[in-house]
Amino acid sequence: MSEQQSYYVPASSPWPIIGALGLGLIAWGASTTVIQASAEQDGHGSTVLFAGIGVIVFMLFGWFRDQINESTKGLHNEQLNTSYKQAMSWFIFSEVMFFAAFFGALFYARVIAVQWLGGDSNNAMTNEVLWPEFVAHWPLVNTPGGTETQAMGWYGLPAINTIILLISSVTCHFAHTGLEQGKRKQLTGMLGVTIILGLIFLYLQGAEYVHAYEELGLTLDSGIYGNTFYMLTGFHGLHVTLGTVMLIIMFLRVLKGHFTPDNHFAFQATSWYWHFVDVVWLCLFVVVYVL
Amino acid sequence: MSTAVDATHHDAHHDHKPSGIGRWLFTTNHKDIGTLYLWFSLIMFFVGGAMAMVIRAELFQPGLQLVEPHFFNQMTTVHGLVMIFGAVMPAFVGLANWMIPMMIGAPDMALPRMNNWSFWILPFAFCILLGSLFSAGGGPAFGWTAYAPLSTQYGGDSTAYFVFSVHIMGISSIMGAINVIVTVLNMRAPGMTLMKMPMFVWTWLITAFLLIAVMPVLAGAVTMLLTDTYFGTSFFDAAGGGDPVMYQHIFWFFGHPEVYIMILPSFGIVSAIIPAFARKKLFGYSSMVYATAAIALLSFLVWAHHMFTTGMPVFAELFFMYCTMIIAVPTGVKIFNWVATMWRGSLTFETPMLFALAFVILFTIGGFSGLMLAITPADFQYHDTYFVVAHFHYVLVTGAVFSIMAAAYYWLPKWSGYMYDTTLSKVHFWLSVISVNILFFPMHFAGLAGMPRRIPDYATQFADVNQITSIGGFAFGLSQLVFLWVVIKCAQKKGEKADSKPWEGAEGFEWSVPSPAPYHTFEKPPKVE
Repeated sequence: MSEQQSYYVPASSPWPIIGALGLGLIAWGASTTVIQASAEQDGHGSTVLFAGIGVIVFMLFGWFRDQINESTKGLHNEQLNTSYKQAMSWFIFSEVMFFAAFFGALFYARVIAVQWLGGDSNNAMTNEVLWPEFVAHWPLVNTPGGTETQAMGWYGLPAINTIILLISSVTCHFAHTGLEQGKRKQLTGMLGVTIILGLIFLYLQGAEYVHAYEELGLTLDSGIYGNTFYMLTGFHGLHVTLGTVMLIIMFLRVLKGHFTPDNHFAFQATSWYWHFVDVVWLCLFVVVYVL
Repeated sequence: MSTAVDATHHDAHHDHKPSGIGRWLFTTNHKDIGTLYLWFSLIMFFVGGAMAMVIRAELFQPGLQLVEPHFFNQMTTVHGLVMIFGAVMPAFVGLANWMIPMMIGAPDMALPRMNNWSFWILPFAFCILLGSLFSAGGGPAFGWTAYAPLSTQYGGDSTAYFVFSVHIMGISSIMGAINVIVTVLNMRAPGMTLMKMPMFVWTWLITAFLLIAVMPVLAGAVTMLLTDTYFGTSFFDAAGGGDPVMYQHIFWFFGHPEVYIMILPSFGIVSAIIPAFARKKLFGYSSMVYATAAIALLSFLVWAHHMFTTGMPVFAELFFMYCTMIIAVPTGVKIFNWVATMWRGSLTFETPMLFALAFVILFTIGGFSGLMLAITPADFQYHDTYFVVAHFHYVLVTGAVFSIMAAAYYWLPKWSGYMYDTTLSKVHFWLSVISVNILFFPMHFAGLAGMPRRIPDYATQFADVNQITSIGGFAFGLSQLVFLWVVIKCAQKKGEKADSKPWEGAEGFEWSVPSPAPYHTFEKPPKVE
C-alpha cells in the first residue's frame, strides 16, 4: 500500500449515467424486440435497442478517452492500477460464474434430466407415463418430443479451432512479454497475429454453425443438446468477438505509441480476458464436443 | 509509472460540492452516491409496501374482494422483486458507500465513476420492471422466483421485461460488489489490517464476494428463461430433454446465497451498534469473522432446501437438510456473541439499540422457523404455506429491514449533522415492533393449519387469522410513514445539531470526522493504532 501518494478520485463525470441510459435503452429495446418478434408485429423495439447500443458505444469512447488522458498525464498511481487489476480479476470471476450456469445446465441435463426421462433411478414411471418409447442417450439426437438431429463431432473444425485459440493465447503472451521488455516489434507482430487468429476462429465458428444448420439439422431449438451446444458456443463466440475488438483497440493504441513496459493496465486486462476466453473454450471443447 | 503525483492538482476540484442537479447525476463522491442509493431504496420500500397493502387488503376477507387474481399475482411477484432488488439490496449498498470508505480511512470508493454507473442503472431497471405492470398483459405474475413453466409458458410479454430488467439490475449489483471488494482490499489506511476492520466492513467484503459469485448465475438462469420463451429452446421443457426442476436448481444456486447477501450486512450493522450502546468491545471479534465466512461458504451447499418437495433422490434431500442445519452453528455463534457483548455492559436504549435488540430477538425467531423448514419431512407439510411466508418475513423484515433502520438512526447524525427526533423515532420503533409481530406471527399458525401462499382467496376457517394479519400489516405500513417523517426532518436540518460523536460508546474512524461528514474525508489516510 502506498502511503505517500494521494489516490486519484476523478471529478464528476457524465459517462456513467450515459452508460446507465444506454443499458436501460438496451433492456427496454431488447424486451420489446423479442415480444414484437414473437407476435410477428412491427414496432420500434429494435430502434430502441440499436439506439441503446449506440449510446453505450458513445459512452465507451468518451469514458476511455478520459481514462487514457488521465493515464498519460500520470494521474494514475500504483495503488489505482492495483484497483484496476483487482477489479478486472473479479470481473473475470463473474464471467466464469456466468458460464458456470450454462455448464451446470449441460451437466444436469446430461447426467440427470435425460437419464430420468429414460427411467433411470426411481423414475421408471416417468418414462412409462410420459414417453415410453424414449431411451436415454447422449448426445440427445432424438428428443422425447420427437425432434431429430445429428451431433457435432469434435474432429475437423472444432479441433482446428482449439489449436488456433491455443496458439493465439501463446502469441498474446509473447506480445505481452514483448511489451514488458520494450520490444515493440515483437509486441505489434505478436498482437497482430493474435488478432488474425481470433478472426479466423470466429470465421470458422460461423462456418461450423452453417454446417450444423444446413447439413446436420442441428439448430438452437433441436432439444437440450442443441440448446446447450449453441448457448455455450454462442456466448463463448460473443466473448471472443468482444476480446478481438479489445485486442484491435490495443493494437491501434500500440501503433499510436501508447503503453510503457510498466504502465499498460489496459493491455494486461485485455490479455487476461483473452486467456480467460481460451480456458473457457478448452472446457467447452472437452465437455461439449469430445465427451 | 509516475510515482510523484502532484497533490495540488487534485485539490482544485475537491474542496467544493458541485451544485444543482448535475451534482447528483454526474457525481463520483461516495457520500453522494450512498445518499442516492438510500433515497432510492426508501422510495422502493414504499412502492413495494404499497403492493403489500394491496395483498393484505385483498386477504382481509375470504373470497375475491378488491382485485383480480391475475393482478394479485402481479402484486406478490413485484412486491418480492421490488423489496429484494429495489429496497434491501440498494439500502445495503448505500450504507456500504457511505460508511466503508470512512471506516477504513479511504478517500473514496476505489472506482468512483463505476460507482455512479452502478447506482444509475437501478432507476432504469425499475422503470422497466414497474412499467411492465401497465403494459397490455400486465407485469410478471409468476412469483419473484419466476419458476418455469409459469414464466416460460404462461408469463406473456412480462417475461421479457422481467428478464432484461433483472439483467441490468445484476450488472449494477456486480459492479457495486466489485467496487466494495476492491475498496476493502486495496484502499485501507496503512495499519488497518484485515482483522482490525469493523465487522460491517468484513460482512460487506464477504457479501460482495457472494454477489459476484451468484448474480451471474441468475443472469444465466433468466437468459435460459428468455430463450425457452422466445427462441424455442427447451432447457426447462421435458419434451426436448430439459427439466423444469433444473430451473429451480440453477435459480436457488443463486437464490440461497442471495438470502445471505440480504442478511450478512445486517450482522455487520448489529455488530457495530450493540457494542456502542453496551459500552463494551464486541465479544469474540475473530469468531464473528469466521462465522460470517462459514455462513457464506455453506450458503453454496444448501440451495435445494427450497425444493424438497419438487423431486430429488433421498440422498440429496438428506445432504441439503444436514448442510442447512449446520448453518445454525455459525449463526448461533453470532447470536451468542451479541448477547455476550451485552452481558454486564452499561446498556442504554437509544433508538438504534432498540432496533438492534429487536433484530437479535426477532431474527432468531426467523432462524428457528428456518430450522423447522430445514427438516425435510417437516417441510413436506410446511412447503408453500404461510409458514414459509412468516419465516422469511421474520428474517427479512425484522431482520434485514430492522437492521437497516437501526443503521439509519445510528448514522443519520453523521450523514445529516442533525440528531433525529428522538421521541418520534421511539414512536416509530414501538409501533413497528408491535405491528410487525401482529402482522407476521399469526402467519405461522395459518401456515401450519395449511393455508397456501400466493393465493388471493382462502378457506373460511382462516378468516380470523387473516384479519388480524391484515390489521397488523396496515399498522406496520402506516408506522413507516413516521420513519419517513423523521428522515425528512433530519434532511431538512431541523432539530438538534449533532456532535462528531453523538454516541458515547461508538468506535471507528467515522466518528473522528465532523457531523455532517465533510464532502471529502481522509484524503490523507488516518493513523491506525
